[in-house]
Amino acid sequence: MAEVFVVANAANKLTYEMLTMARGLGMGDVAVVVLGASGTADSIADNLAEYGATKIYAAEDGVLEEFLVAPKAEVLAKLITEHQPAAVLLPSVQEGKEIAARVAVSLGNGLLTDIVGLTGEGVATQPIFAGSTIVTSRVTKGIPLVTVRPNSLTPSPEAATPERVTVPVEVSDQAKLVAVTDRVTEAKGDRPELTEAGVVVSGGRGVGSAEQFSVIEEFADLLGGAVGASRAATDAGYYPHKFQVGQTGSTVSPQLYLAAGISGAIQHRAGMQTSKTIVAINKDDAAPIFDIADFGVVGDLFKVLPQAAETIKKSRQ
Amino acid sequence: MKIVVLTKQVPDSGLDRSLSADDFTVERASASNVISELDENAIEAAMVLADADPSGVEVTLLTVGPDHALETIRKALSMGPHKAVHVQDDAIAGSCAVTTSAVIAAALGKLEYDLVLCAAESTDGGVGGMAQMLGARLGVAAMSGARKLTVDGNKLTVERQTDDGYETLTATTPAVVSVWDSMNTPRYPSLKGIMAAKRKPVETMSLSDVGLAPEQVGAAGATSAVVSAEPRPARSAGQKVVDEGEGGAQLAQFLASEKFV
Repeated sequence: MAEVFVVANAANKLTYEMLTMARGLGMGDVAVVVLGASGTADSIADNLAEYGATKIYAAEDGVLEEFLVAPKAEVLAKLITEHQPAAVLLPSVQEGKEIAARVAVSLGNGLLTDIVGLTGEGVATQPIFAGSTIVTSRVTKGIPLVTVRPNSLTPSPEAATPERVTVPVEVSDQAKLVAVTDRVTEAKGDRPELTEAGVVVSGGRGVGSAEQFSVIEEFADLLGGAVGASRAATDAGYYPHKFQVGQTGSTVSPQLYLAAGISGAIQHRAGMQTSKTIVAINKDDAAPIFDIADFGVVGDLFKVLPQAAETIKKSRQ
Repeated sequence: MKIVVLTKQVPDSGLDRSLSADDFTVERASASNVISELDENAIEAAMVLADADPSGVEVTLLTVGPDHALETIRKALSMGPHKAVHVQDDAIAGSCAVTTSAVIAAALGKLEYDLVLCAAESTDGGVGGMAQMLGARLGVAAMSGARKLTVDGNKLTVERQTDDGYETLTATTPAVVSVWDSMNTPRYPSLKGIMAAKRKPVETMSLSDVGLAPEQVGAAGATSAVVSAEPRPARSAGQKVVDEGEGGAQLAQFLASEKFV
């Protein structure tokens, strides 16, 4: 039986979502392709088994980490050629999209990015134009090669006993043109990843300063959520750029999105309007964010958020 | 050093955008068209290098697009690039990103370049893979997602913005580098720049000039196709309260009722 490839290097929610999506296609057995340093596959094998992986292709070699995406794409393209999977799913994060882009070019295969759904017939659903239009598309050359957007579906476990297959890693000189000489993880504390979080609390220009962003962080921590920021806030230096939500930042689709001191320019709405529930706090009664908020408070965020926090803490006692 | 900057004309992301009802291509005729936002950061990155070495750096814009893309080419030229190349052929309309990368790679094959600069993603398609697609097609280094670029002779160092921090990348020219808006703040064209842009050379290339056949591009050469397109149901405003001392408590109550706390 044909296989469906899921490319995964980490045991995170998006991996479980892709495994759940792959199982539901009815196109074949779910085989996870791990592209990473030695030991990566074994470290996540139990998690992959829990979500139904029947095979793990372990392509492990330091060379995959020493250079930018090209070696990973080369190994994946070779695996696809050898095993002819029915479809390939990758995470729709920067690296996943870039590996997919290279694979598409080298195989002459079509590519659909940021999909939120896929049918067994290979029809993918994509929100485009910042979520304002929903299109369905299909790959017309080659197999469905797609990148899956985080929070597209609710992952469900289904135990399996995966077979481990060691994949030899041979990388051409052509794929070694860009060396990664340093990798720095910036501290994010204990908060969940912005694009994966079920709750996102974002601050905008109305927060007023970098120091005052602590009111946003405290509320996010209270709800176990991630912190986001509007472009106005990151441009003003209130919060690091990597937390920016919007057209030129991250796209988030959490269960709850709370926007504080954010007017809701279309640039920002582009990154969050597919959130399930939207809450807004803004002093300006006419702020466009209120047009899309399920619950809005016209008021000073420095009064509203602490009072809400106090009320929540009391209710938990 | 010869730098080619890729620019793309897109419908203004600040306005309503749509797909045409008959062939699902991006509706451009009725849209207000602008330079894709991050392209301006790529132009700025090129001009910073040109400003540092005015006699040694030549900046060429490359755009693939219909006739009216000339408007945004002139606007982009007003930021300072020396000249532009416009690949224009009716057969190209409807190309997917993978096919578009073939057209751009073919055009680059007709130009001289040490460095190709482009946006990390466009504001319309947003695929975010062009730098890597071109790297794969051209067999040159592709450094994507730059928030910082340093050029020392033929040696390039990039700080690549990642989801959880950054990576330092090194490569030598020729190379393609894609940039994020965190790299710089694009300059505003001066009046002198706007006047000068009107006289700068714009070379038009057809599909045959770049060496591709009509069936390799457009809908015929596309590797994916849109099956349907529907506007997302508009969100409507929900409950709105004015804080008169109880706004926070009311917010807490709403969050509790929706089971978020």
